Amino acid sequence: MADVMPVLEDRAAQLGIDLSQVDFDSIRLPPGEDFGIISDDEDLKEVDHLEFDQGFDNIIVVDNLPVVPSEKFDKLVGVIRKIYSQIGTIKEDELWMPVDASGKTLGYCFIEYNTPQEAELAKEKTHGYKLDRSHIFAVNMFDDIDKFMKVPDEWAPPETKPYTPGENLEQWLTDEKARDQFVIRAGSDTEVLWNDARHLKPEPVYKRSFWTESFVQWSPLGTYLATVHRQGAAVWGGASSFNRLMRFAHPQVKHIDFSPGERFLVTYSSHEPSNPRDTHRVVLNIFDVRTGKVMRDFKGSADEFSVGGAGGVTGVSWPVFRWGGGKDDKYFARIGKNVISVYETETFTLIDKKSLKVENVMDFNWSPTDPILALFVPELGGGNQPARVSLVQIPSKEELRQKNLFSVSDCKMYWQSNGDYLAVKVDRYTKTKKSTYTGFELFRIKERDIPIEVLELENKNDKILAFAWEPKGHRFAIIHGDSPRPDVSFYTMRSGTNTGRVVKLTTLKGKQANALYWSPAGRFIILAGLKVFNGQLEFYNVDELETMATAEHFMATDIEWDPTGRYVATAVTSVHEMENGFNIWSFNGKLLYRILKDHFFQFLWRPRPPSFLSPEKEEEIAKNLKKYSKKYEAEDQDVSMLLSEQDREKRRMLKDEWDRWVHEWKRLHEEEKMERQKLRDGEASDEEEEYEAKEVEVEELLDVTEEVVSFEYEQE
Amino acid sequence: MRPILMKGHERPLTFLKYNRDGDLLFSCAKDHTPTVWFADNGERLGTYRGHNGAVWSCDVSRDSTLLITGSADQTAKLWNVQTGTQLYTFNFDSPARSVDLGVGDKLVVITTDPFMELTSAIHVKRISHDPSNQTGESVLILKGPQGRINRAVWGPLNRTIISAGEDAVIRIWDSETGKLLKESDKETGHKKAITSLVKSPDGSHFLTGSLDKSAKLWDTRTLTLIKTYVTERPVNAVTMSPLLDHVVLGGGQDASAVTTTDHRAGKFEAKFFDRILQQEIGGVKGHFGPINALAFNPDGKSFSSGGEDGYVRLHHFDPDYFNIKI
Repeated sequence: MADVMPVLEDRAAQLGIDLSQVDFDSIRLPPGEDFGIISDDEDLKEVDHLEFDQGFDNIIVVDNLPVVPSEKFDKLVGVIRKIYSQIGTIKEDELWMPVDASGKTLGYCFIEYNTPQEAELAKEKTHGYKLDRSHIFAVNMFDDIDKFMKVPDEWAPPETKPYTPGENLEQWLTDEKARDQFVIRAGSDTEVLWNDARHLKPEPVYKRSFWTESFVQWSPLGTYLATVHRQGAAVWGGASSFNRLMRFAHPQVKHIDFSPGERFLVTYSSHEPSNPRDTHRVVLNIFDVRTGKVMRDFKGSADEFSVGGAGGVTGVSWPVFRWGGGKDDKYFARIGKNVISVYETETFTLIDKKSLKVENVMDFNWSPTDPILALFVPELGGGNQPARVSLVQIPSKEELRQKNLFSVSDCKMYWQSNGDYLAVKVDRYTKTKKSTYTGFELFRIKERDIPIEVLELENKNDKILAFAWEPKGHRFAIIHGDSPRPDVSFYTMRSGTNTGRVVKLTTLKGKQANALYWSPAGRFIILAGLKVFNGQLEFYNVDELETMATAEHFMATDIEWDPTGRYVATAVTSVHEMENGFNIWSFNGKLLYRILKDHFFQFLWRPRPPSFLSPEKEEEIAKNLKKYSKKYEAEDQDVSMLLSEQDREKRRMLKDEWDRWVHEWKRLHEEEKMERQKLRDGEASDEEEEYEAKEVEVEELLDVTEEVVSFEYEQE
Repeated sequence: MRPILMKGHERPLTFLKYNRDGDLLFSCAKDHTPTVWFADNGERLGTYRGHNGAVWSCDVSRDSTLLITGSADQTAKLWNVQTGTQLYTFNFDSPARSVDLGVGDKLVVITTDPFMELTSAIHVKRISHDPSNQTGESVLILKGPQGRINRAVWGPLNRTIISAGEDAVIRIWDSETGKLLKESDKETGHKKAITSLVKSPDGSHFLTGSLDKSAKLWDTRTLTLIKTYVTERPVNAVTMSPLLDHVVLGGGQDASAVTTTDHRAGKFEAKFFDRILQQEIGGVKGHFGPINALAFNPDGKSFSSGGEDGYVRLHHFDPDYFNIKI
């Protein structure tokens, strides 16, 4: 404003106005007009120029075009426009093909799309497009040109960073009390805690608000805790606390999945198409967990990733990639239309450079330990070609075993955790095709020629509500029958006399159960009645075939065994408004403690890696359990002694504190006695006020009668 | 312990009060008639007819001759306990919520709800020995707290007034000057509306129940937080045993949500806590709706609860109750 004043003064002098008489503040300029006077805060606006992106991310450069003279120019532009306008909307007049002085094209052109997404898509789709034999398109983003220009001509050896030892990520396994950890998510807080069952309470390890934006997940061996954010996923771990170990950039990531050996992390996102008629675009990245490098990415429309299996309306069935070959993370596979694509992780390419062709394949499952695929193909041609379940060895792609099945409506495959057995639940149509009934085909994978056995329930019409293999064992449990009070049956693949036949162990009639939860160590199982049954729990010992305990966690929605099979957590998550929180039980159904948390979302035990002990050693320990357990029992006793000691001490303190209060109150009460009497006009003493229960015996003589009692016998 | 079901009210219960001798139980409900019962066998002795709205609370004089009730019909009424006749009516411009007689029964503190553009207020009135001389004049009017004041009671020697309500703050006022003396700490205090407040028999400490699912025990003179009792439900009513170190918490989910879930989910239980150790001892089930009112007989051998279901349940303790050890 300062520079305006002299001008103003001049003008005022010309017009003969005394400026000192003018109240500048009363002058109101018409709206939108500043008469060239810059307001005081205007210059603020100028400095505050927003920095936008350069805005070239929607431009692509197409190289390796034919070089044509000016007479063929229009034709070439026409061809290119035709190719590229299929992918997205090219901005008006934004296909620019530079020419040299003679009018000849230079062999490249620039295309500007409406959106960066379209440009990205165009790059993906047409990079390597063969216009003819000698012209293979090379398509790049305009923004990348800079990057390419900067590549130095000379190769320089990369710097070797000195090795810095990391934290011991498996510190938690060395806990002296051999406790297990778990993570809970309630409200905005995520918390990792020790399950201190001896003290009947959890012990906090680490807590953080807004740690994740949607959920958390442990890696399969428990080394990492993964969190999910808008920009991508992150993994956390460390010796004493949780530090961020690696970030995996993937905008709007929705799902994540670790490989079983936790070497790789698969992330998934799906993006709204710019054109509402298109399908969603799906992006999948496979990262190396330790280095954070993208090992391979997959992009495509949602359709490509949702064929077969349980895709259907909801779109992509997660996980898209299923990992096989046990803990070595050697293979992963996904199902496509009439194919199963199996990749190996050496090179992240298809095995033999081609997918496994299987007409109409519906579903497949890896053996948990071996590189064997079980796949299911439904009936074709109205029953002319039977449905089939086959086992395929990878990488040889050799079919190990095949079973044809007739009039099948659906199949479900269940692998036993050691990969010893495969159970296929087969729903077949009855002769009238009006209803279905269920049977099982049981494969013994580890035996010669893989014998198959058929198991049918005694009552063929029973519906199967749940099926579960005993982990590491040879037994399985089925809930069958009608929903209000179904039956639970146990079978074994290996009974004493008959090693080659499946034998029923027992049937429990009329149980309020709809889910089965085996202990990870086997032997014990929880028959759970979730949802409609309001959280009924029955703890059952399958060795002894007896119920250990029945209990209820009202409204329970989730049940999780700890990785050692010593404790069970039952939780009510925020699907219900009330009762949110979790209970911790011992394996035999004793309630240890109960924690209530509003808005409870997740409870996850931290998994443990498999034991390093050899099977022989484990057997030896099991045999001499008494010897080993002595030490721990003594410890347990010490703890309980200490606990009761502490408890007594605490109670004594509380009592003392209370007594002090009461003493003080008595004193004050006494002090105020006179005044209180005055307030009551001198009436009623305080003694009366302190209520004392007096027992008053009132004897009332109702009637007196005299009677002569004969006492012959008493006389001697 | 077999409770005596006292059916007489047609609407949810709001308040229960024993007289000093413990032989009479006064009950208030959302129907318009406070009722008096024999505290021993639950027989109905009589009703007090005259209110034209829900009755929110009552108090009875030390000699059991005078009853005062506060009602949503914007009045507080004085009654002859024995005959049931109305002696006097205090008129207000908004519903009367809580009433409490001071030591000597010469003063009463009455709270009124916020209504239209009126804010909530605490009124102190003088009770005349002779009802014919009774006037409606206020000795003192206190204003300030936001929202409804659910309970206001006298401190020791009528020198202070303790109030608590929807703003979750407990306040102690000077009953002479009307000055605000103390406020409960935001950090340690209740987080949600305080629904009930009950004094110990000697007035040295008091217990508050809140929708934040807890009850807290405070020193009356210093407003020091002494104990906190945590439960799973919003607390609507509290009381403490005059005999043993027990406190009782009653409540349940919001009445509007009751029909949406299983009755077990509502937890309409009166929960017993150890006053010193703050541990739950047990519970008394029975109501088919949230518990709105609780009162202990002054002899400590029975207690009664009033529910949203319209019943008063009178419980005489079994002998083993008096030997509970934790």
